[in-house]
Amino acid sequence: MDAGLLAQFVANGLMLGMMYALVAVGFTLFFGVLDVIKFSHGDVLTVGTFAGFSTFLGLKAIGVANPWVQVAAVMLIACGAMAILGALIARYLVMPLKGAPALNVLLLTLMLGTVLRESVRLFFPDGANPKPFPKLLPTDALALGSFTLRLDSAILFVAGLAVIVAIHLLINRTKLGLAIRAVAQDEETAKTMGINFTLIVLATFALGSGVAAFAGIMNGLYYNEINFGMGLLLGVIGFSAAIIGGLGNIYGAILGGFLFAALQTLSVVALPFASAYKDVFAFAVVIVLMTIWPTGLIAEKTSERV
Amino acid sequence: MVPESSSLSPSESLWPAFAAIAGATLFAIVFMWAETEAYVLGAIAAAAACAWAARRFGVSARAARIFATREKVLDWGAIAGTLVLLAAFHEEHFPLLMTATVLLYLVACLGLNIQFGYAGVLNFAAAAFFGVGGYTAAVLIRHTGIPHPIVLLIGGAMAALIGLVLVLPVLRTRGHYAAVITIAFAILFRTFLEVNDALGGPQGLKLPGLQVFGWNFNRNFEIAGIGLSFYVNYVLLALALAAVAFALTRRLERSWIGLTLDAVRLDETAAACFGVHLARWKALSFTLGNFMAGVAGAVYALMLGFIAPSNFTFGDSLIMVSIVLLGGIGNPWGVVLASAIVVVLPEKLQLIQEYRFILYATMVILVLLFRPEGLLPRRLRVYFPGWNPK
Repeated sequence: MDAGLLAQFVANGLMLGMMYALVAVGFTLFFGVLDVIKFSHGDVLTVGTFAGFSTFLGLKAIGVANPWVQVAAVMLIACGAMAILGALIARYLVMPLKGAPALNVLLLTLMLGTVLRESVRLFFPDGANPKPFPKLLPTDALALGSFTLRLDSAILFVAGLAVIVAIHLLINRTKLGLAIRAVAQDEETAKTMGINFTLIVLATFALGSGVAAFAGIMNGLYYNEINFGMGLLLGVIGFSAAIIGGLGNIYGAILGGFLFAALQTLSVVALPFASAYKDVFAFAVVIVLMTIWPTGLIAEKTSERV
Repeated sequence: MVPESSSLSPSESLWPAFAAIAGATLFAIVFMWAETEAYVLGAIAAAAACAWAARRFGVSARAARIFATREKVLDWGAIAGTLVLLAAFHEEHFPLLMTATVLLYLVACLGLNIQFGYAGVLNFAAAAFFGVGGYTAAVLIRHTGIPHPIVLLIGGAMAALIGLVLVLPVLRTRGHYAAVITIAFAILFRTFLEVNDALGGPQGLKLPGLQVFGWNFNRNFEIAGIGLSFYVNYVLLALALAAVAFALTRRLERSWIGLTLDAVRLDETAAACFGVHLARWKALSFTLGNFMAGVAGAVYALMLGFIAPSNFTFGDSLIMVSIVLLGGIGNPWGVVLASAIVVVLPEKLQLIQEYRFILYATMVILVLLFRPEGLLPRRLRVYFPGWNPK
């Protein structure tokens, strides 16, 4: 196989990995503060993408044609709206179940995901069919032999990287991040230190959901097609990535996201005759990895007192 | 050995229990028979009114007491009720298909109930194991001449065997980490079926009907001049399976095995301290549950005469999990009730066909928020029903 084609695979894999990592970060953030899995995350991503798509249609209708303005508005509105949605879900559906078994929260959010997904399908005009997502970014291509680097992919990748760095800085360098880490470590102690627990939980859910919307728009801009089911698989993969990395650890989630993308890409490269099996292969490896490292690659520090 | 029903005075009649069973059967018949939404909603309203009246006049409380102390009344009553239902619809394909589907889902969900209702082993791939049974049956029947009853058992055994591959990761992980194993398997299984041409790909496989000792299950037949739908065969088979699965679940729960499984679920550390071998019991319940799902899946495939990957998605696994949760984790009667509701309701409300997933998901969310213990919560274990040591 020539180097150009290989580079193409690597570029694709990195792009996928970035999306998975952004979704996985949400899972791990939510798990950190509340010890719950919010499975509707993938469908929040779908709703966010459709919100962005509606924004684009609205802008087009009122005659805003500048693509940069469009991208900025789409991102802003999608992320903002999903941040609010995420906080609402946390406040009214997840927090009331705080004392309930983990299974109940998992099932509740799974069902909520169904509600969101079906709402998009039924209530978005012609929502059952895939929609073409506009190419808002410049599509100039840089050809290096048989490898073409599209400018929009590069911009998306850099933007994704910037979001990850921003999350890192937010968690490690700001007061909000300190509070999030405190709540994640020990809720009771955090409360006695004067941290507003509810506010921090809501802020964390808003942050994670906003990032999911970003990943959704990224997906739309990259593949130029969106549909109501896009979030389901992305959500499951993001969840698996967060688990492989080790729940509660942001770097684990990022690592897991890229690892999952690498597995998928690898199976396409190594087994070209069986590329249809790439998800089968990737999920099988997930099961094997979990058998070897039952609590993820970067294990959560736990101690059990009896 | 155990005096039957000694806590009830011998003079207390059983009529509230019979009335409850007869009422439930009547409701099921009317509900299945109702063609339009108006009738369906009317039947639901009438049933709600009757239930309210029964509660108001203490009939339901008395019936519940009889059921709790004389379980055989309820057990045989439910079987008799299903037979009456069968007689009422002996010629109609669709209601019988629904009934058989409910019973097969019941078998699979009872298996799931053993897994996480008793042993606390999460399984989000129940529909996948159901599918393993179905596909095994399909392949064996198409390519070999193995007698069909044995094929059904092999279907279950295959599901149990594939489950055994997952046992190691399931045993090593806990909580959410264990959930991801079965979720990954559920998605892997479905994707595998879709891309695998040998198993028919997305179009699935067709298979002939069940034949037992020369009796063709897929032929309409007549008894004493009355024409019967061929689904009668399947309902009877499914009913027998469900009765066996139910009895097994009940026996298991009441035995020392059930007690051990409860200990494993409630506190692993404490159970291990008392010498309970955690891995053994988790593996046993996981395998047994998958076996039940596999057998049910094999019968289901034969009944439909056709299987496709879209019958065994992650969503279907979720539906099975929510049946167990809706009914009340650990209570087999809860599973019976929830299977009936979850399978039949969306089919009957054709008006909301399009909206049924959203409505159904909303229903589960509301139950989780306001009645997290399920519709029929599990009671304290009764070793000897009706025993009153005085």
